[in-house]
Amino acid sequence: MSWAFYLIAGLTVAGGLAAVLLKNTVHCALALTVAFAGLALFFLQLDAQFAGFAQILVYIGAVAILVVFAILLTRGSETPKDGVFSKNWFAGLAIAAGVFAVLGWAVLQSASVLPRETAAPTVTVLQIGNALMGRYVLPLEIVALLLTAAMIGAVIVAMHEKEGSK
Amino acid sequence: MTPLSGYLLVAALLFSIGLAGALTRRNAILVLIGIELMLNAANLNLIAFWRYGPHPEALTGMIFAIFSIAVAAAEAAVGLGLVIQIHRHAHTTDLDAINRMKG
Amino acid sequence: MQETVSFTPQICPPVIAQFLWLIPAVPVAASGVIALLKQPRRKTAATLAIGSLSFSLLLSLAAFVHVVGDWAHRATPLRETVNFTWFQFGSSNVELGWVLDPLSAVMLVMVSFVGLLIFIYSTGYMAEDENYTRFFCFISLFAGAMLGVVIANSLLLLFICWELVGLTSYLLIGFWYQRPAAAAAAKKAIITTRIGDVLFLLGMVWLFSQTGTLLFYNNGAGSMEPGALTALLTQPAALGLTAAGAIGLLIFAGAAGKSGQLPLHVWLPDAMEGPTPVSALIHAATMVAAGVYLIARVYPLMQAGSLAGGTTTALTVVTWVGASTAVFAALIAVAQNDIKRILAYSTISQLGYMMAGLGMGGVAVGIFHLITHAFFKALLFLGAGSVIHGCHGEQDIRRMGGLKADMPLTFVTYAIGMLALCGFPLFFSGFWSKDGILEAAWRWNMARTPFYMLVLGALLTAFYMTRQVAYVFFGHWRGGKTAHESPMAMTLPLVILAFFAMGLGVLGTPAWPWFRAFLDGRAAVFNLRGLVEPGLLALMGASTVVVFLGLGLGWLLYGGQAPRPEEPDVLERAVPVPWRWLRNRLYADELYGVTVIAFYGWWARLAEWLDRRVWGGAVAVVARGFRLGARLNRFLDNNVVDGSFDKGCEELATGGGLLARVQNGRVQTYLRILALGVVALVLMLIWSSRA
Repeated sequence: MSWAFYLIAGLTVAGGLAAVLLKNTVHCALALTVAFAGLALFFLQLDAQFAGFAQILVYIGAVAILVVFAILLTRGSETPKDGVFSKNWFAGLAIAAGVFAVLGWAVLQSASVLPRETAAPTVTVLQIGNALMGRYVLPLEIVALLLTAAMIGAVIVAMHEKEGSK
Repeated sequence: MTPLSGYLLVAALLFSIGLAGALTRRNAILVLIGIELMLNAANLNLIAFWRYGPHPEALTGMIFAIFSIAVAAAEAAVGLGLVIQIHRHAHTTDLDAINRMKG
Repeated sequence: MQETVSFTPQICPPVIAQFLWLIPAVPVAASGVIALLKQPRRKTAATLAIGSLSFSLLLSLAAFVHVVGDWAHRATPLRETVNFTWFQFGSSNVELGWVLDPLSAVMLVMVSFVGLLIFIYSTGYMAEDENYTRFFCFISLFAGAMLGVVIANSLLLLFICWELVGLTSYLLIGFWYQRPAAAAAAKKAIITTRIGDVLFLLGMVWLFSQTGTLLFYNNGAGSMEPGALTALLTQPAALGLTAAGAIGLLIFAGAAGKSGQLPLHVWLPDAMEGPTPVSALIHAATMVAAGVYLIARVYPLMQAGSLAGGTTTALTVVTWVGASTAVFAALIAVAQNDIKRILAYSTISQLGYMMAGLGMGGVAVGIFHLITHAFFKALLFLGAGSVIHGCHGEQDIRRMGGLKADMPLTFVTYAIGMLALCGFPLFFSGFWSKDGILEAAWRWNMARTPFYMLVLGALLTAFYMTRQVAYVFFGHWRGGKTAHESPMAMTLPLVILAFFAMGLGVLGTPAWPWFRAFLDGRAAVFNLRGLVEPGLLALMGASTVVVFLGLGLGWLLYGGQAPRPEEPDVLERAVPVPWRWLRNRLYADELYGVTVIAFYGWWARLAEWLDRRVWGGAVAVVARGFRLGARLNRFLDNNVVDGSFDKGCEELATGGGLLARVQNGRVQTYLRILALGVVALVLMLIWSSRA
């Protein structure tokens, strides 16, 4: 495990922690962006360059902005008077800890059977394109449909209701 | 500890952090943030397994992750639209206060 | 039902005997039809009743002629019986049947003839009564039942008809039932006769158990025939009696009730509450005579075991009771003021004579007096009815008088009847029949006292009848409206009966003892020398003297007098204390009231107390137990059942409420539970793959 891995891991985890712990919602969104960036770096380290750049483009470029817009539109920047954590926050924490425990245990238990270092694969955009249009054309089309629907849906959901009759 | 298990551990940690945030924060948008974190952790898992899996040239893991990113984006859009609409009706995004489905 | 017709061999087949049952059946059937008629159909009712009894009379006359005709050819009395089995129980049979012999033939003619005359009389007497139809229904039923008693060959059939006669007597005494006195009299009659009937029933059951049959005559197997009688004589009963004697006494108890003998006579005077035709038919001529007839029927039983010239205990008891009754009733009759009461006590007295005659002289003596008495007593009662009708309902003799001018026909017939009753010599039947009894009493070798009692009774009879006739017909009218003679429907029967009251004596004189010979089945010989048998003329003379003495005394004291109701009687002025006793009927009713009735009252109170306290208390306790049970049930139902059910529902509601808390409407809760579920599933997966 190289020092790059630990650095990127630390960055990502810190960003994640900040995203859920900070009081100011906008700060949370910005921390989220940091986490996304860390993840993109992970993808790059794992020789998944396309995924990494896609991550940067989509997540940081769109989702994070979207979140900030939503926060601003809902006046999320105001901190509520009862605190930012819900009443039964400990239950949620416990459950999350339990989930981590299970996952961690599963990973560590199966460490012996996990494969070791392999050669780095070379992935070209051409290959990805071929794959998308060839083998995975059906999911591609469906995702396109999904995105269209989501777009229309989001517009309709967030639209102001018209006053009076249609 | 192999590199793969390291990545998996980080993904697990991120996933738990995202889950904790979704389960404990009051603000609806922060729940969505938590969910994004969870999705990202899953993506990391996918790429890690692709990299250290038997057939990386099949590109399965990468394509899966790309689709996941696309879907996550769509879902974030719709979800945030919903949160905005709830805010218009209830004038708050405090999840403790929104309990009209009670009973 | 097997019929055994037994008849002693003779020339002509006994058709009559086969149809004898019609004689009582037709009036009973007529009564049934009349019962279904509506009240306004009076003519139909009367026609039915009179028609049916006329038919019975014709048939009775035919039977009588048959018996008389047959009598000439034979040495022993005719006896034709028709018996049949009514039902079987176990190994014994209960048989019924009827008998035609001289005794039943003569009684049949008497009952139907006198009955028919009284029916005709009633059409006039009851003309203004609105219950005319009901009257004829009852009286027709009575006639049928009485005829049934006469022809019965079985003690059971006789008892059945006996009870029917008692029932109709009750119905007729209480005919005007709205009057409390009439209802009470009817009750008294049936209760008093019931006492006798219970003993009668006991005797009957005993007889059946000892001899195995209740038939009188059954070809040698009947209970009055020698075989059964010897069996009964060998059985000892209590107090030195044999079974025969004891049964005889029990049966006599029944007869004593029906015929008004001494302790059970109290119902007869009160029975005068009924209409006068009823008094004439039932309480003078026929029903009260049924007791005498019963003793005559079971005479072989009463007589069984007597040595030649001697008598049995049963017959001795009969004699003494009869003689005592004769004197007792005659004494009371002297001091009565109601025209019908005098006649009622006279009837009781004459019944005593009949019983004494049976006891001392045999069947012929008693029955002859019964026949003659039926005619002249019916005549007297119907005459009294005519007088009451003519005096517009007045019955007190102190308010009558001088009626010989206003009601001449009634006077003449009444006088004939009165003289017959007193026993006026030679031309009146009563003389001959009463003399027969006196002769038997004189010859009785047990004691002479009954003879003297009967002679005293004859004296008193003449005395009180003279008193009555003097009060009613002589002197001047002391009543309200003027009296008038009665219509033809009423006076014609009086005339007919008067003829018989005089003429019947012919059948029983010692010169020509037709009646006795008829009953015994011997030949009757007209022999004037019979009159001069030793002692007979002297006896006839003595009785004549007694009668004239009584008539003379009566006339002396009452003839020509015309006392007012307010004034005391002549005798009352002379001997006030004995008069008061006699006036109060020698306190027989009061004695009963203090002893028997008081006893019953005590029992009734005890029974009522038991019923109310003990049985009622038990019932109340049970009821309370049930109520307690009900209350317990209610408590259980309310608290346990309802309570548990309510509790259960409450728990359900609470549980539901608790479960509903899961749905708190908050998204994060759902998310948490989701996550928890996933963790659990994953754990299970790992665990199962490891295992």
